[in-house]
Amino acid sequence: MDLRYSKEYEEYRRKVREFLKSHWPPSGEAAKGSEAEQATRFRALAISHGCVARSIPTTYGGSGQPPDVLKAVIIAEEFGRVHAPGDVRGIGASMLVPTLLEHGREDQKHRFIPPTICGEMHWCQGYSEPGSGSDLASLKTRAELIDGEWVVNGQKIWTSGAQIAQYMFCLCRTEPDAPKHAGISYLLIDMASPGIDVRPLRQMTGTADFNEVFFTNVRVPMDSIVGKRGEGWAVSRSTLKHERNMIGDAAGSRALFEGLLRLARETKRNGKRAIDDPGVRQQLATIEGYVLSHQYSGYRQLTQAARGKDAGIAGMMNKLTSTNIGHSVAKLALDLLGDEGLVAPNNEARVMGLPPRGHAGWIIQNMWSLGVAIAGGSANIQRNVIAERGLGLPRDFAAQRESSR
Amino acid sequence: MNFGLSDEQELLQDTAHRFLEERWPAQKRRALVDGASGHDADLWRGMAELGLVGLMVEEKAGGAGLELLDLALVAEVLGRFAAPGPFLGHSLATLALSLGGSEAQKERWLPRLASGEAIATLALLEPGGGWDPAEWGVTVTSAGAGLRISGEKLHVPAAEIADLFVVGVAGGGLALVERTTEGVRIEAIEGVDRTRRVGRVGFAGAVANLLPGGNEAAPRLRDAGLVLLAADAFGGASRCVELSVEYAKTRVQFGVTIGHFQAVKHQLANMAVEIEPARSLYWYAAHAFDHLPAEAPRHAALAKAHLTDRFMQIARDTVEAHGGIGFTWECDVQIWYKRAMFDRAFLGTPALHRERAARLAGW
Repeated sequence: MDLRYSKEYEEYRRKVREFLKSHWPPSGEAAKGSEAEQATRFRALAISHGCVARSIPTTYGGSGQPPDVLKAVIIAEEFGRVHAPGDVRGIGASMLVPTLLEHGREDQKHRFIPPTICGEMHWCQGYSEPGSGSDLASLKTRAELIDGEWVVNGQKIWTSGAQIAQYMFCLCRTEPDAPKHAGISYLLIDMASPGIDVRPLRQMTGTADFNEVFFTNVRVPMDSIVGKRGEGWAVSRSTLKHERNMIGDAAGSRALFEGLLRLARETKRNGKRAIDDPGVRQQLATIEGYVLSHQYSGYRQLTQAARGKDAGIAGMMNKLTSTNIGHSVAKLALDLLGDEGLVAPNNEARVMGLPPRGHAGWIIQNMWSLGVAIAGGSANIQRNVIAERGLGLPRDFAAQRESSR
Repeated sequence: MNFGLSDEQELLQDTAHRFLEERWPAQKRRALVDGASGHDADLWRGMAELGLVGLMVEEKAGGAGLELLDLALVAEVLGRFAAPGPFLGHSLATLALSLGGSEAQKERWLPRLASGEAIATLALLEPGGGWDPAEWGVTVTSAGAGLRISGEKLHVPAAEIADLFVVGVAGGGLALVERTTEGVRIEAIEGVDRTRRVGRVGFAGAVANLLPGGNEAAPRLRDAGLVLLAADAFGGASRCVELSVEYAKTRVQFGVTIGHFQAVKHQLANMAVEIEPARSLYWYAAHAFDHLPAEAPRHAALAKAHLTDRFMQIARDTVEAHGGIGFTWECDVQIWYKRAMFDRAFLGTPALHRERAARLAGW
C-alpha cells in the first residue's frame, strides 16, 4: 500500500495546474459563444491533455490513459478548485459510451462517442415503461422491421433529459415470440423523429427533470441497432469500468458530507453553533465513518481493477452505499435546518447542487436523495443483486419461474 | 497510488487463515468457551512458530520487522475464527516496548516476546477511571534504588497468563511489572467474551520499571489498539455474514430454504453492505499509523468507532437471522456476539472515539 503523492504525481499536479491557468476560465477567442460552447471547446483541449475522457481510446476522441486513481483525484481536485468543466456527466457518457465501446459497430463508435464525451451530444435513456419498472425485461414498446426501417410504437417513462436530448438509447421488443429477455433490441433513436411526443413529469421537488415519451409509428433507420436483434438485454447490461465509476459515487458522498459539515458550522442551535452540540458531532462522525469507507473502498476497487482482478461483491455495493449515505445526510440536514424546513425551496434552488447551497438547496437534497435511491435500479433491486450475485442466495421465485420457462 | 495489499501481505493473511482453519476447528473453540481457560497453549505455540506473535518486533530481536497493517491483517483473521488468547494485549505490550523501551528493556524482553515464550499484556483501565492516559492514577514512587508501583487495573486481557504487564501510570507514562514480583495480585473477572478473558491486577508497592519513552508511546499504543480492534471487528462481522448466509442456504421452511425469501435476502444484503466497504477503512487507518502520522489518531478513532459498531449490529442481525437457535448457548453465533461486545467496549466506546475524532478534526 502506498498512498503518497510521489514526485511523479506532484509533477503531474503542477502540469494540470499550468494547463488550467492557461485555459480556464477562457479568454479571448476561447471566451466567445455560450457557456456550453466554451465548455465544449475547453473539454476538447482537456482531452488532448489527458485530463478528460481518460478511459476512452484516442480513436474515439478520448485521451486513452491507463487507469490511475491518483491522477483522477488530482484532476478532480484541480478542476474543482477553478470550477473547470471536467468529464461530461450524464447518462450518455456514463452508460451509452461504455455500451458502444463493448458492443457498438465501428461506425457507431466514431459517430457517437466523440460528440458525447465532449458534451455536444446529449442522450436520454429509454428503459422504464409504465408497466415495466424493476421488472424491466417485461417492456412492451414495439419495434417492427417494415420496409427496411424500424417502426416504433409504445411509451417510455421516467426519461430524464428527454426534453433536451438529441438521441435516446432505447430498449424495444423486436421479437415478440421469443422469451422475454431474448426478445429485446437496443436502438439509438433520433429524438427529432416525427411521431415522438415528450411530456414533462413534475417531481415532488417542483421541477420537471424527467418525462414521459410517447412513440407513434416512429421510423428509425435499420442500422440504428446496437448488437444483434434480440440481444438488447445483454447489450444494456454493459457496466462502466473506468475511474469515474469507482471514485465518482464516493467523491459525490464526500462532497455532500463536506456540505453538511459547513451547514452544521453555519447553523445556530441554542445560541451556539450546531457543530458544538454533542449529539450533532456524534451523528456527523457516524456518517463520516460510512463516507470514508465508501471512499477507500473505491480506491481499493480501482487498485484491483488495475491489477486485472474483479472487485467482487464490493463493486455491487457502491450504489446502495451512496444511497444510504444520502439518506443519513438528508435526515441530519433537515434537523439542522429546523424551522427553515417549513419553507418551500425557491425556483433557483430546485436543481440539486453538489454540495447543496443554502437552506433551499438542502431541502432539495432531502427530496433528491429519494430520487437517487430509486433511479437506475432501486435500493431493493440493489439488495437483490447483492444477495443473489454477491452472496450466492437463490434467485427469487418470479425470476426463477421465468428463466425455467 | 496503490491501495492494495502486497503479495507478501496476501500470503501472510492466507497463511494465518489456513493455520486457523486447520488448528482452530469449531469443537476446540466450543471446548474453550465452555472451559476454565481462555488460552490454548498449543494454538499460541503454533502462532508463534508462524511468526505471528512477533510481527512488529525488529528483526534483530527475532521479530518480522513488519508494520501495523500486517498485524491488523492477522487480527482480522483471528476475529474471523474467534481465536482465543493473548494476541491483542501481547501485541500492544510488545509494541509499547519497541516504541518506548530502553535498550536494556528491549534486549531483556523483545526476543522472548517475539518468540511467544513470554506473554505480555497491557493494563490501562482503572476502577472509576478511563482509557485515556490523562485518566491513569496508578502511582510509581522511588524506593531506594528502584521504583515501586501501587494501584489497581481492570479488564486486563490475558491477565492470568501474562508474564509481563505494561501498566499505564499517573502522568501518562508506562511501567513494566513482572508477574512474579512481590506485591502483584491477579484475579479473574467473569468477562463477557470467553475467547479473550480479562482480569483485575492490583499492585501493592511492587517493583516496577518505567519505559523511558512511555509518555510518547502511550498515545501511539492507543491508536494501534484501536486499529487492531477494528480489524478484529471486520473479521468477526464478515464471519457473521457468512454464518447467516450459510444458514439461509440450509434452513428449510415452507418447503424451501429461507434464503429464497426476499425479507431474508435483503437483511443479509444490508449486513454485507454495512461491513464490506469498511474493510478499506481499517486498512487506511493501519496504513496511516505506519506512514501518515498526522492522520493516524483520527483514522484510528473513526475506524474503531465505525467497525465495532457495525460488528455489534451485524452480530445482532446474525442472531435474528438464525431464529431461535441463534439465541442459544449451543449456537456459535453467541461467541462472535460477545467478541463484538469486547471490541466495542475495549479502549473506549464508539461514542467516545467519535467525539475524539470530532475534536481532532477541529469541529
